[in-house]
Amino acid sequence: MFQILKLDSDINFMRWRGPAGILSTILVIVSLALVGVRGLNMGLDFTGGTLVELEFSKSVVASDIRGVLENEGFESATVQAYGSSRDMLVRLPPVEQASAETLNNKITDVLKAQLDDQVIIKRTEFVGPVVGKELMESALLAMVVALISILIYVAFRFEWRLGAGAVAALFHDVSLIFGFYALTQLEFNLTTVAGVLSVIGYSLNDTIVVFDRIRENFRKVRKMGEIAITNASLTQTLSRTLITSLTTLVVLFALYFAGGELLATFSASLIVGVVVGSYSSIYIATTTALALGLTRESLIPEEIEKEGADQQAML
Amino acid sequence: MLNTNPIWKVVMVILVVAICALYASPNLYGEDPAVQISAARGATVEAQTLDKVKQALEAEGVEYKRLTLENNQIELRLLNSDQQLPVRELVANALGERFVVALNLAPATPAWLEGLGAGPMKLGLDLRGGVHFLMEVDMGAAIAKTEEQMVQDFRSDLREEGVRYKGIRQRSQGGVELRFRDEEGRDQGTRALERKYPDLIFTDSDNDTDTIVTMSEQKLKETRDYAVQQNITIIRNRVNELGVAEPLVQRQGADRIVVELPGVQDTARAKEILGATATLEFRMQDTKGDVAAAVAGRSIPGSRLFTDRDGRPVLLKNRVILTGDHIVGAQSGFDEYSRPQVNISLDGKGGNKMAAATKDAIGQPMATVFIEYKPTGKRDADGRPIFDKQEEVVNVATIQARLGRSFRITGIDSQAEAHNLALVLRAGALIAPIQIVEERTVGPSMGAENIERGLTSIIYGLAATIAFMLFYYRGFGLVANVALVMNLVLIVGVMSMLPGATLSLPGIAGIVLTIGTAVDANVLIFERIREELRAGRSVQQSIHMGYSNALSSIADANITTFITAVILFSIGSGPVKGFALTLAIGLATSMFTAIVGTRLVVNSVWGGRRLDKLPI
Repeated sequence: MFQILKLDSDINFMRWRGPAGILSTILVIVSLALVGVRGLNMGLDFTGGTLVELEFSKSVVASDIRGVLENEGFESATVQAYGSSRDMLVRLPPVEQASAETLNNKITDVLKAQLDDQVIIKRTEFVGPVVGKELMESALLAMVVALISILIYVAFRFEWRLGAGAVAALFHDVSLIFGFYALTQLEFNLTTVAGVLSVIGYSLNDTIVVFDRIRENFRKVRKMGEIAITNASLTQTLSRTLITSLTTLVVLFALYFAGGELLATFSASLIVGVVVGSYSSIYIATTTALALGLTRESLIPEEIEKEGADQQAML
Repeated sequence: MLNTNPIWKVVMVILVVAICALYASPNLYGEDPAVQISAARGATVEAQTLDKVKQALEAEGVEYKRLTLENNQIELRLLNSDQQLPVRELVANALGERFVVALNLAPATPAWLEGLGAGPMKLGLDLRGGVHFLMEVDMGAAIAKTEEQMVQDFRSDLREEGVRYKGIRQRSQGGVELRFRDEEGRDQGTRALERKYPDLIFTDSDNDTDTIVTMSEQKLKETRDYAVQQNITIIRNRVNELGVAEPLVQRQGADRIVVELPGVQDTARAKEILGATATLEFRMQDTKGDVAAAVAGRSIPGSRLFTDRDGRPVLLKNRVILTGDHIVGAQSGFDEYSRPQVNISLDGKGGNKMAAATKDAIGQPMATVFIEYKPTGKRDADGRPIFDKQEEVVNVATIQARLGRSFRITGIDSQAEAHNLALVLRAGALIAPIQIVEERTVGPSMGAENIERGLTSIIYGLAATIAFMLFYYRGFGLVANVALVMNLVLIVGVMSMLPGATLSLPGIAGIVLTIGTAVDANVLIFERIREELRAGRSVQQSIHMGYSNALSSIADANITTFITAVILFSIGSGPVKGFALTLAIGLATSMFTAIVGTRLVVNSVWGGRRLDKLPI
């Protein structure tokens, strides 16, 4: 059989938990600072405004389009080329005007008349400022509700220390993704939110597989200490973690390169999330649970009772 | 013996896969270019219409695939898309203005599959192109108009009751203020009004002579619902005029309306039509004037020629008795002999005008004229759109008595006609304007591009995963790959079966992601089997233990992701919803194929016999 890893003994993962903890703390702080200082490049979904995506029949220069639009009174328009020099994105910030809803038509009319009468309108979007605010609120709500429900499920299914470990790992992953978006200034829109939430699901998936094994080993193996059992469990699940991350990363890269720019930011958040999530399920989730005092007893209360039953009581 | 398949399990898996494959199959057939004919306001599509279309096609020698009449719509399937435009022209000319002829792409599902209720997945606007509008009804205006009405109602009510008041006015902060001369007057007046309007709340103000009237929650809700409903009705009518094949007009939340128009590219024109105004006029019919002479082109002093819905000439007086903005409501119902009728209520001013005009006209016919300003698509020198004024006599009725603020039109032929008339009356009396708060357009080239990109990424993702699994797990990898492909078939089958499911670009992303994570269950199982083998267990025991030990991990992991998907679906909007839907479906189907499906194959290939090693 072909194996990614041929391991004769358990890897001592926990030996590096100190440095890993420090590294993660630094990364989380840097990420949150980045979000605070640079902010996120909020997309149209959340800010409101107008966007027109055009394909010109010939090469154009972004500054020409900007010039034409400025002459027509659209001073605040930003023009950006993407893909080729024929594909252009024009954005306008939100305006508090009744006529805002027809701005996209005006822009295309102007560009058609003055630059290229064969320009193709590929996509237009207009989001009113109120709707943008509501979309933002519902996105935030979705994230918070998802996190809370997952916490409840894990706490109910496992144990509060593991639940706390899982949430710590999620907090770590989500912070780092936000940090990534603040650093790269990639657009943060509704689709990105879906991406972030999938990362939550994915990272949790990883964490739970590890926890499941830890619980099983605590029940099965009695001679080893907590650290040793954790190391053994992580080693046993490592090849699965790697293989699944690998297949997921492969499809995500397919999505990133072939899915077009609409799905690119979505898959970017997931790619970062899968890498960070695999790491955090090993180091953040388990070390947090151990630091909170996870012991064999906390995972198998029923068996303790049984053991006590066939022994003489020493009270 | 371990690892044998009970027969019911084999039957179940085969059945599930077969049914899903059957329902997924319409997606392979593609679409026929088609022309769709539906009725505009007032008309109905009948067998006669079908014959007319048939004759027109035969006269021109046009070949076509199929011509059917269903749900008041005629669908004409053509051989190729080049035919679409000329045939639309041909049919539109043959049928005249009362029918809407639209281009459409009809799924080319074979009849026997259609008979089973199977059809292809619905594609979102981002994949087929089109425009999405979110419109907001101006509730402030709707409520202000209702309060204005309250002021006028109170005035006449108090006059009737003989209660003297100092003033009645709308308050700027909402509600209506009644000012009486003294406390006694206030009590008397308030009591009378309270009896008459149980859905209003009367609050005495601090001084002894004033009362504040506000709407109850119930009344507010009714007012809002009415305003939204009225707008939806109007938008539906307008959308029909746009000739869109499968439009969606739907209420969203308290005061919003979603309009989705697949295939529409000219958003400027769509906005003009959706925003076009309509109004009504009541005019007396000129019974003495010579209609024939007017038709011949002679002018009749004081009167003008109109036409009714069927094109018959009607001579009406020039003087307009009343315009539609005085109409407060119109409902269809039945009179005491259970014949259809329409009840109309006017505002105070309108009531007075109507009373004055009908006082001396009892026994004479009065006409209702519906006027619509349709955009022509042209613009004047200042860039403003040019509208075409269209007038149509929708009803002529004899005045039986002096009419007041509320009256009714009886003698209507059918309930459907009464319903239609009420709709038209309400459409001419729009109480709340609407505004577009969100608009998303996707061009047709972009839609096709998105489909292609989505498919490409699915193929790349699938190919890479299949190659990896085969390389890493060999024989068992092949089994996992069969499960993976089955999983895709199941997802497509379920998506095609669910009536409300729409595939969007983020939905495709969800499917691609499912491919990546679907193998996770198999990886967990296979790694487990390897471990058991390494631990020295027999082949059959390893398979058995591998599956049963991995189960709890797989279930826990999938349930948490499923929670995320459900929350995303219920809270999220637009792209998030589409993603959550395919993710949730994909999770469910992948659990089935990866656990039940692969077990079936593994058992039948390697199970139940002595083996020394496994190809894993």
